[in-house]
Amino acid sequence: MTTDDTKTPGGAPISRRGFFDLALGGGVIALLGAILYPLTRFVIPPESPEAVASQVVAAKIGDLTPNSGKIFRFGKDPALLVLTKSGEYRAFTAICTHLDCTVQYRGDLERIWCACHNGNYDLNGNNVSGPPPLPLTQYNVTVRGDQIIVSKA
Amino acid sequence: MTGSPTKSTVAAWLDERLGWSAIKEFAQHKRIPLHRHTVWYYLGGMTLFCFLVQIGTGILLLLYYRPTAEAAFESVEFIMTDVRFGWLVRSIHSWSANLMLFFAFVHMFSVFFLRAYRKPRELTWVSGALLLFLSLGFGFSGYLLPWNQLAYFATKVGTDILGQIPLIGHWLLTVARGGDEVSGATLTRFFGVHVAVLPMIATFFLVVHLAMVQKQGMSVPIGPSYQNTRTMPFFPNFALRDLVGWTLALGILVLLASIFPWELGVKADPLASAPAGIRPEWFFCFMFQTLKYIPSHVLFMPGELLGIIGFSLGGVALILVPFLDRRAAREERNGLMTAIGCVVILYMAVFTLLAYVR
Ligand code: HEM
Ligand code: FES
Repeated sequence: MTTDDTKTPGGAPISRRGFFDLALGGGVIALLGAILYPLTRFVIPPESPEAVASQVVAAKIGDLTPNSGKIFRFGKDPALLVLTKSGEYRAFTAICTHLDCTVQYRGDLERIWCACHNGNYDLNGNNVSGPPPLPLTQYNVTVRGDQIIVSKA
Repeated sequence: MTGSPTKSTVAAWLDERLGWSAIKEFAQHKRIPLHRHTVWYYLGGMTLFCFLVQIGTGILLLLYYRPTAEAAFESVEFIMTDVRFGWLVRSIHSWSANLMLFFAFVHMFSVFFLRAYRKPRELTWVSGALLLFLSLGFGFSGYLLPWNQLAYFATKVGTDILGQIPLIGHWLLTVARGGDEVSGATLTRFFGVHVAVLPMIATFFLVVHLAMVQKQGMSVPIGPSYQNTRTMPFFPNFALRDLVGWTLALGILVLLASIFPWELGVKADPLASAPAGIRPEWFFCFMFQTLKYIPSHVLFMPGELLGIIGFSLGGVALILVPFLDRRAAREERNGLMTAIGCVVILYMAVFTLLAYVR
């Protein structure tokens, strides 16, 4: 052993050079961390305080004719209000469960249809044909006066 | 490098295709002369570091910044208050911009006094002078982007001067402002210039500048005492020292940004009066202050016009320094050049100070 060598508490020898290598390596890693941490935090956008609406006035009585639909805004997302042939209001999320396109109501098919990859849902929101893997989430509809109010189930 | 067999196989493979050894030779041949002025060789590297910081933080700011009169101020406010470490990124961008100009000036003057521009480095100097002008352009165009009151009026005044130029003045003014007035159209233009046009041109000249420095190696000052000095390889010895300097500079930047976060001010209002104490950024102050002292008419000329002509000639002279100093080209000392340099520094310092105390 040379005079340069000292003992670590554990007894293993660590040379002066080894010590400086360790200190330098640790310093470089700490520096990189100090750069990368704020950088990743910066890149992730802060949550926007978008109002998470739990209910919304989707339309007024008379806006829709039977066997038609209308896209409305629910919170920050699009939703679909359908007036069936039999005169019943139903509401769903308008975001296709396949790849996030916005669906529409097709009177000729009496179905909810997604143009992107020809996905079909029935009037209960069930995926009946095409690529969508899951049904559309359905919302509650209540009529108060002439307002059609949609709320999360 | 002998290294492991795989390493030398890879090197040989690359060499056959790219002329790797030539590239390696180019990277390794440069040596740094060691003498009492060696410290000035760090200044260009410091300027380069700030430039790299500007690119990094600039790209980050682009994630949230919006270049319209309606949204710019609010988006910067958002960066300062809502985005995590947004205040740090913006403050570093602003501080590093100022430090970059400071270092560029010090680098230029050190190169000037050491006569590093003399043959065969004339074009290195010319490309450097162009980089300085481009840096001023970065400063001017970036200042407007937060769309606050100070920047709005500084830009109004700064572009107004263009309008004083005979014949093409009005045309220049309209092109610079994207209309007759400083407006959202000006902001959009300045944004494009700041984030696309200038970076492209500056990167080009920077590559030219650095390639020439690398090819020619460092110059030594004139005089027998500088001949046959000791040297150290640039790579890796001096480059590692550069790196230590850069780490230090980063620390200083973060410190400045944390202790003095950059102000945002109040949103620009085209109908409000100019606030008192308005002045451009410090690196424009000596020109701004000079314009204040020139009488409104000198002989047949408007005062501003005289000022513009003067500064343009100054800029041209700066570019031409290596060609004006014939004595340095013959490896002779030139006291006149040193005297001129001192006068210029004194003038710039005094007029900059005047802009701050008045
Ligand atoms: C954005 C601005 C600039 C950057 C990033 C930059 C970068 C550099 C670097 C890294 C070096 C080598 C190290 C050194 O000598 O410091 C250098 C050398 C040089 N620069 Fe610059 N520079 C800039 C502006 C300027 C300006 C404004 C001038 C003069 C008008 C200039 C003239 C020179 C000359 C003549 C050399 C050779 C020095 C020698 O061989 O001793 N540069 N520059
Ligand atoms: S996204 Fe709707 S079917 Fe593919």
